Amino acid sequence: MDLDLDERTLAFRDEARAWLAANVPAEPLKSFDTAEGFAQHREWECRLADARWSVVSWPREFGGRDASLLEWVLFEEEYYAAGAPLRVNQNGIFMLAPTLFSHGTEEQQRRILPKMARSEEVWAQAWSEPEAGSDIAALRSTATRCDGGWRVSGQKTWSSRATFADRAFGLFRSDPDSVRHKGLIYLMVDLRAEGVTVRPIPQLDGEPGFAEIFFDDVFVPDQDVIGAPGEGWRVAMTTANNERGLSLRSPGRFLAAADRLVSLWHDAGRPAHTADRVADAWIGARAYQLYTLGTVTRLSDGAELGPESSVNKLFWSHLDVALHETALDILGPDAELRGAWSDGWLFSLAGPIYGGTDQIQRSIVAERLLGLPKGAR
Amino acid sequence: MRFALSGEQEQFSRSLHDLLSGVDTDSANRSWAAGDHGPGLKIWRRLAELGVTALAVPEKYDGFGATPVDLAVGFERLGYHCVPGPWTDTVAVLPSLLDDELLTSVASGETLASVAFAPHVPYALDSDVADARLAVEKGRLRAFTPGALLSSVDGSRRLFQPVAGDDLGTALDAEHAFELGCLATAAQLLGTGRWLLDTSVAYAAQRKQYGREIGGYQAVKHLLADVATGLALAEPLLFGAAVTLDRRDVSAAKVACGDAAHLAARTGLQVHGAIGYTAEHALGLRLTRVRALVGAWGTPRFHRERVLS
Ligand SMILES: Cc1cc2nc3c(=O)[nH]c(=O)nc-3n(C[C@H](O)[C@H](O)[C@H](O)COP(=O)(O)OP(=O)(O)OC[C@H]3O[C@@H](n4cnc5c(N)ncnc54)[C@H](O)[C@@H]3O)c2cc1C
Repeated sequence: MDLDLDERTLAFRDEARAWLAANVPAEPLKSFDTAEGFAQHREWECRLADARWSVVSWPREFGGRDASLLEWVLFEEEYYAAGAPLRVNQNGIFMLAPTLFSHGTEEQQRRILPKMARSEEVWAQAWSEPEAGSDIAALRSTATRCDGGWRVSGQKTWSSRATFADRAFGLFRSDPDSVRHKGLIYLMVDLRAEGVTVRPIPQLDGEPGFAEIFFDDVFVPDQDVIGAPGEGWRVAMTTANNERGLSLRSPGRFLAAADRLVSLWHDAGRPAHTADRVADAWIGARAYQLYTLGTVTRLSDGAELGPESSVNKLFWSHLDVALHETALDILGPDAELRGAWSDGWLFSLAGPIYGGTDQIQRSIVAERLLGLPKGAR
Repeated sequence: MRFALSGEQEQFSRSLHDLLSGVDTDSANRSWAAGDHGPGLKIWRRLAELGVTALAVPEKYDGFGATPVDLAVGFERLGYHCVPGPWTDTVAVLPSLLDDELLTSVASGETLASVAFAPHVPYALDSDVADARLAVEKGRLRAFTPGALLSSVDGSRRLFQPVAGDDLGTALDAEHAFELGCLATAAQLLGTGRWLLDTSVAYAAQRKQYGREIGGYQAVKHLLADVATGLALAEPLLFGAAVTLDRRDVSAAKVACGDAAHLAARTGLQVHGAIGYTAEHALGLRLTRVRALVGAWGTPRFHRERVLS
């Protein structure tokens, strides 16, 4: 058991660190939930891509560096430690891309991935529906076979960044007689196609971070179907569990935030009433970093990422909220002023909801990891 | 970077587990608490045959000179099975305090040690059964004689007020010894927490109320899922600390293993209901052990301060 990095990995990390130090914008970008901020983020992604840092774990032919999983984790650590911007195309890069790598055709990979790497096309995830939240298999939007493709109707909601995004991926019911997980199709849809209406929904911070997407008989060509029609659920599950996806949420983000919190606490004169919680936030971030290194080792040994990804999710979503609430308590009366900490706090509150709520994750851990009896889900 | 136990370490953990599953540690704890060390010492000797007592002893004194990771692996299983006796003092701490022939008999399992470590370990554990009694203060070693027997919340931890005697000179490496004491305690907490989780899951899967297993109820499931999460994330801190032995990492491990085990104990009791509140049930032994170890080898407050400094 060791934590030492070999020469090659150290060189990779140093190169990333040097590039980020020289290139991360001095002024933070505007929120990507505003038109101006979204454009700034696209520019930043282009700059990352030009230096091959936008999708380090991808094969070179698609703009990556063939980086190992460990290198990816280290890159993420450097990325957040350097204070670099959030990734505007994270749904594409971390969720759709792994799906395309395992289920997409060569043609799809060649057509879609290079543009994604540069964020020329920013992707939205269109999974949730008004009547299908935690229970995605209850979805109602339909896809009907037609000449050369499918005609899509229905409504998706809570789609992050769909307001400004170019395209979306999601599940639709392709077999009208099917129920639940069966008879679904996984489609990529152009958000500018005829029949698509995107209605922005302001989030708690007032910005249009969410959107509803209405589909009114929208044509989707066959080339934009991932996997076989009817097999959408199986394809979607690789999106949810993919080891390079959000399920292995970068520990770099939390470590960087925990380090900032410890500094904030020292600068505020080490207020005793928050000491324990500051220490716990750092301990949690370090635990998550080491846990991830353990996962990386197991995956490199050929193991599959299973229900432990729910342990991940439960842990970091809780950690992120606690960390930000502690920061606000240290700030005292200034906590109510808009700034990095209060924005971070608002965002942290969504962690226990998106990507499967904490209740859903707990049920998965209890049933699939601990083997407790199945219950109503 | 390979952050996973080696095949030999996994194997060592399994042999410890197999051995300890076959002995009645619960009744050994009860005898120990009553001052009858016989059954506990029998387990001590069997573990010594497996090499546990020789782990941290240098090779020149017939030990294995094993790494802190090996120690953590061993202590995790000792915690799981709630083995009574001054294991931390003898096996984790003592070998870093001395360079002495005495270690040969520690390695073979003949000598048990009781170590007081000012200021964080003020009371000496099991001094009545230990033949080597050492008090560490500011890097110096003193012999001590056991004074009054104090009663611990965990009856099978017999604590004594040390009465200082002869000065024995400078400790070999008191700082290292202290970190290993903290690490071994954290490992036992993790192991004890795991036993509490496993036992509670098994109970929840068979105990029925309102016509179904209580483990099928979401309220119960979610409590246990939180315990599993806490333990899962405490483990890498323990082994990370064993690899680096960095003060901050060791303290982080001690806090996290203590918190996770404490949650496992509280949840375990809740899931078991009244049967868990009886002295007959093994749960109580673990619940009080956890509470005792949370404060031993540095309180959570002390360790959190080290994390922040
Ligand atoms: C910031 C943010 C970004 C998001 N981005 C996207 C996106 O880009 N694309 C997308 O498709 N979706 C997105 N979502 C939606 C998200 O995936 C859903 O909100 C989530 O799956 C929960 O669904 P729901 O909101 O309908 O809540 P519901 O499913 O209605 O749940 C409401 C409450 O009931 C509980 N509950 C429900 N079922 C159970 C059960 N079986 N057992 C126990 N408790 C239960 C839940 O835990 C929750 O507390 C986003 C959400 C947020 C907050």
